[in-house]
Amino acid sequence: MPLSALTGTRLRERRLALGLRQGVVAEAAGVSASYLNLIEHNRRRVTEEVLAALAGVLGVPVEVLREGEGSTLLEDLRLAAAAAGEGTGAELDRIEEFAGRFPGWAGTLVALERRVAGLERAVEALNDRMTHDPHLSASLHEMLSAVSSVRSTAEILAEPGEIDPDWQGRFLRNLFSDSERLAAVSEALVAYLDGSEQAGVQGIASPQEEFEGWLAARDWHLPELEDGGAGLAALSGEIGGLVSGAARQLARDWLRRAAEEAARLPMAVLEAEMAAAGPAGPDPLRLARARGLPVTGVMRRLALLPGAGFGLVICDASGTLVFRKPAEGFALPRFGAACPLWPLFAALGRPMSPVAADLATAGRGARRFAALAWCDLQHPGGLAGVELREAAMLIRPVAGAATGGEALQVGTSCRICPRRDCPARREPAIMGEAV
Amino acid sequence: MTSHVLLIEDEPHIAEAIRFILSRDGLTVSTFGDGSGAAEAVRKERPDLVILDLMLPGCSGLEILQAIRSDPATETTPVMMLTAKGQGRDREAAERAGVSHFMTKPFSNAEMLASVRALVGR
Repeated sequence: MPLSALTGTRLRERRLALGLRQGVVAEAAGVSASYLNLIEHNRRRVTEEVLAALAGVLGVPVEVLREGEGSTLLEDLRLAAAAAGEGTGAELDRIEEFAGRFPGWAGTLVALERRVAGLERAVEALNDRMTHDPHLSASLHEMLSAVSSVRSTAEILAEPGEIDPDWQGRFLRNLFSDSERLAAVSEALVAYLDGSEQAGVQGIASPQEEFEGWLAARDWHLPELEDGGAGLAALSGEIGGLVSGAARQLARDWLRRAAEEAARLPMAVLEAEMAAAGPAGPDPLRLARARGLPVTGVMRRLALLPGAGFGLVICDASGTLVFRKPAEGFALPRFGAACPLWPLFAALGRPMSPVAADLATAGRGARRFAALAWCDLQHPGGLAGVELREAAMLIRPVAGAATGGEALQVGTSCRICPRRDCPARREPAIMGEAV
Repeated sequence: MTSHVLLIEDEPHIAEAIRFILSRDGLTVSTFGDGSGAAEAVRKERPDLVILDLMLPGCSGLEILQAIRSDPATETTPVMMLTAKGQGRDREAAERAGVSHFMTKPFSNAEMLASVRALVGR
């Protein structure tokens, strides 16, 4: 076993702790006092024989003086004492004696400290998840609100004495409505948590993330949908393996739409268009018109074309990102809202009108991207129904900084964006001045 | 003269229940369901007590509390904050900002009434 450069220091510490003079120890170990002095100051490497003799004189196992298990044990014990805090009274000056006399107990103590540290990390991770998982947080808040309302209302109704019939009717209606809401949110939460244990192990935070993870694992390509969608049944089986019901639903919805779009814009046509257009890709507006597809549908087809390298983000009318396929070098937010400067949001406010822009990612050097955004409108309920908006932004990495002219500096989300002078900043960056 | 309570709560059924309980006890209750403009409403109405939900659309209860405490016209108005379990950090921040009392959801009506009475000095 190798000897540490600090073996001498440990010898000296041990000798001083025992209150023994150098000469006494040297004589007992059969070496000269000057030689021991050189060893103690790490100026001579000690041989195994001399070390064994010195360990015997000092009453400490040789392992404790060596580099390796003993020294690691001592270091771990010091860490355990530090983790427990200053007030615990651990006799740090007798740590070697403890490790030497009770190596089994010392090992147990270190193992327990490691376990505590592991559990603390797990608690931190769960706490972080609770804090950042918008679905879980919103569901719990919804549930708590309904419970609060039910409790207060039920208490009023249960009180002795008459209540005005109007108030009574109103409270009964509230109670009924809140109990329905409570049942719905409880059911949704249980379904979500049922699937989240495994998801937690995989680091998945939401059904959307699970669904996107499934697509990413397939390299964002679904060949089963091509050639008339013959492989759709096999894909449906694969979706059944997703952990949460919500992720399965998202995947089913995606597949249904992707199959329709594949039928209207077959792969052979798309590949021919790509070959003719070059890396910039074909004009999605022209293709949409030619193939009877919404522009966002063409963008989806392009983004999932193998080897094309397009990124794609899609948001609903609230600006919430409902789909994220990253382009190389263009980071997308995992949680929360995206950079408000993305052309995606300009398009959301100007439906049916293209928004194209050259983008540069803030703080990431000369990486340039060409972005094209478009927002489609739908009125599934006709004139009397609501208007739905779906905006998509196709992101294409541009080699070098050859796009010419000024590019729009954008970030991922305000929390991690280094751009200090951004007029659209929503909240301070967590990285502050350090960036 | 009856005491005036301004209730800032976005959940209409909770607001309705609290309003009923307090009105029945002889208090005048006005409600505000949105975070935006809530601090301005406190300044205008000059209530004897503000009951403030922590999680509100538009502007958080914490921001409203800070606005109330930084306005000389309202800085001494008692503020009871409605919080949920698991909002420990927010509670600490509210304590630093000068909240008068916390009420954890779900609460009992008797508990709510007793706290309100104490805060308005009845």
